[in-house]
Amino acid sequence: MITVTHYLMLSAILFAIGTLGVLTRKNAIVVFMCIEVMLNSVNLTFVALSRHVGNLDGQIFVFFVMTVAAAEAAVGLALIIAFYRNRESIDVDDFNMLKW
Amino acid sequence: MYSNLWLIPFFPLLGAIINGLFGKKIKNEAIIGSIGTLAMFLSFLVATQNFFRLIGDSQKVHEIVLASWMSVGNLQVNWELLLDPLSAVMIMVVTGVGTLIHLYSIGYMHGDPGFYRFFSYLNLFAFSMLMLVLGGNALVMFIGWEGVGLCSYLLIGFYIDKKSAGDAAKKAFVVNRVGDFGFLCGLLTLFWALGSHGVWTINFVEIAANAHLLEAGGVLITVVTLAFFLGATGKSAQIPLFTWLPDAMEGPTPVSALIHAATMVTAGVYMIGRMNILFAMAPSTMLTIAIIGAATAFLAASIGFAQNDIKRVLAYSTVSQLGYMFLAMGVGAFSAGIFHLMTHAFFKACLFLGSGSVIHAMHHAYHHAHLHDDPQDMRNMGGLRKKMPITYWTFLLSTIAIAGVPLFSGFFSKDEILWWSFGSTAGHPIFWIIAVAVAGMTAFYMFRLVFMTFFGEQRTDARARDHIPESPWTITVPLIILAFLAVVGGYVGVPKILGGGNHFGEFLNPVFGHAQELYDLHAHGSHAVEYTLIALSVCIALFGIYMAWLMYMKNPKLPAEFTAKFAGVYRFVFNKWYIDELYDFLFVNPCKRIGTFLWRAFDVRIVDGIVNGCAWVLKGCGAGLRYTQTGYMYNYAVAMVVGVVVIVGFYVFG
Repeated sequence: MITVTHYLMLSAILFAIGTLGVLTRKNAIVVFMCIEVMLNSVNLTFVALSRHVGNLDGQIFVFFVMTVAAAEAAVGLALIIAFYRNRESIDVDDFNMLKW
Repeated sequence: MYSNLWLIPFFPLLGAIINGLFGKKIKNEAIIGSIGTLAMFLSFLVATQNFFRLIGDSQKVHEIVLASWMSVGNLQVNWELLLDPLSAVMIMVVTGVGTLIHLYSIGYMHGDPGFYRFFSYLNLFAFSMLMLVLGGNALVMFIGWEGVGLCSYLLIGFYIDKKSAGDAAKKAFVVNRVGDFGFLCGLLTLFWALGSHGVWTINFVEIAANAHLLEAGGVLITVVTLAFFLGATGKSAQIPLFTWLPDAMEGPTPVSALIHAATMVTAGVYMIGRMNILFAMAPSTMLTIAIIGAATAFLAASIGFAQNDIKRVLAYSTVSQLGYMFLAMGVGAFSAGIFHLMTHAFFKACLFLGSGSVIHAMHHAYHHAHLHDDPQDMRNMGGLRKKMPITYWTFLLSTIAIAGVPLFSGFFSKDEILWWSFGSTAGHPIFWIIAVAVAGMTAFYMFRLVFMTFFGEQRTDARARDHIPESPWTITVPLIILAFLAVVGGYVGVPKILGGGNHFGEFLNPVFGHAQELYDLHAHGSHAVEYTLIALSVCIALFGIYMAWLMYMKNPKLPAEFTAKFAGVYRFVFNKWYIDELYDFLFVNPCKRIGTFLWRAFDVRIVDGIVNGCAWVLKGCGAGLRYTQTGYMYNYAVAMVVGVVVIVGFYVFG
């Protein structure tokens, strides 16, 4: 029997994978995809708990998250392209101008 | 009935505002001068109307509330004016003499780039002075008190490009502040003292009505009146605060005449008169006032002997005559003091304006001959009576009046003071001796001035000699009117013993009579004694005139021999008893040293140290913390994750 606990565990695993990816990967697009994984793991939690509690609020929230994720994808990819034009690279190690 | 009283201070204020704001645009001297003079003249007309209304009125004290000012707890302060015989006399003097001096200034200040500024300040001064004398409570009076101090400062320093004028202005202001501090202390102590008896008031009529709540002769009333007297010494240039007045002669001469002779410097005398009942209750204060007054009169008269600057002689003469007024107040002769205040305003204003006329002419002559001699030095004058006949005659009449020659105004007022200082219950023959000696000295130095200026050979540089003109009508007309007043002004108060009715004293009786009766202040003695004293004082005045004639007319070498013989005394007097140097040593230099010490030790080290230290610490922190900003994205991401873990951990496990 698959209970809500399983969904939550899966969600936690996905979130951890996403976080590690953000912290360790060099390629900006991979980092970006890891962020998407984190967002979707949260979506999974929302849906699972919404179903468990019997309240639709969580599912509505998921739509919001998806909308934001779509907007983020548009802006983020545009940023990466702009960065690539400047530096000929999408390696996050080259994102080092935000300092004194 | 007296509802138009507010117009009296209002007109000068209006004139000050118009000339102050638009004078620069108007430019035309005739218009600016007319506005200033007209404002004073209208004020004079209203004052005259109210004055005569008051004479015909059986009720002598009128309070007019204009508006409510503030209401704090039990204290209700109004914008209120007080018209009684005392303030009526004062507004007549201020507006009357003020109008003449405004008219005079049109001629005297002709061509000065600050012409509009001058008239604006002068009007503002008249407004403040009228608020001072008309104020119905101590706060309204204090506004006027501070206002005249400010205008005095502005007008002494009128020639802004002259350093000595600026220094004199600062000196006057600082010395006056010391006095104002006394005034405020006295006012607050009085307020508290009456308040502790349940009467929270600063209204003069109510203060007088409730003064009996305080213990007569007690410590409290003595402290209050001494503090008020300190205020009076500052404004009226008495020992110990008289040193600013001679320096104040740096201002234009009409200012010296109006502010530093006729009106502002008499504010202290007026204030004592206004609170006469409090002073009458404190015999030790009265004694102090009499001693200070007599000492000041003597000190200033002796300095007047040796000065060569025509205005400085008059300045010391003013200090000396103010000492006379304070002596009168101190021996309980309140109305005699105010009487002398009035006659002094006439003849001293005339003398100052006459000296201004002389200076104006000398300046003109030197300017014409391209010389840079001092136009105020009497050693450069002499023989001017033929060149400036009107100035000469008016000056001579006023000098006779101040010298106390019988039948002139100064004689009557001075004689009244002399009689009280001898025969008053608060007086003492010693006061009389000093006062009569000062009367002789006054006659001497004033006639010395006249002889050196108007008689004898011409000592003016030959190139300038023929260019000394008589002054224009705006200058001579005020001189003539003031000289006329200086001659006849005394007849309003001829003492009973000389066949007069002492109308002036009778008029002021509603203000002073109560206190004099209650605390037993009256002059007593037989008529024979009084006649003898009068004869003696007249003899001494005539002797002073004779000595001046002997030394400066008959035998002009005598003064030089004299100064050579008594070189030490001469130098002492010439240097004004070294009082300025003494004050420099006692107060000014220690203050400067404390200032320097605080600047070097406290300001530079501690105040600046705290400010600079804050900046230094923050700068150091910033320099250290900027290393945490690597610019690598994953470092920020790690920081965020760690932060989230800590916060979540805190909620889950905390």
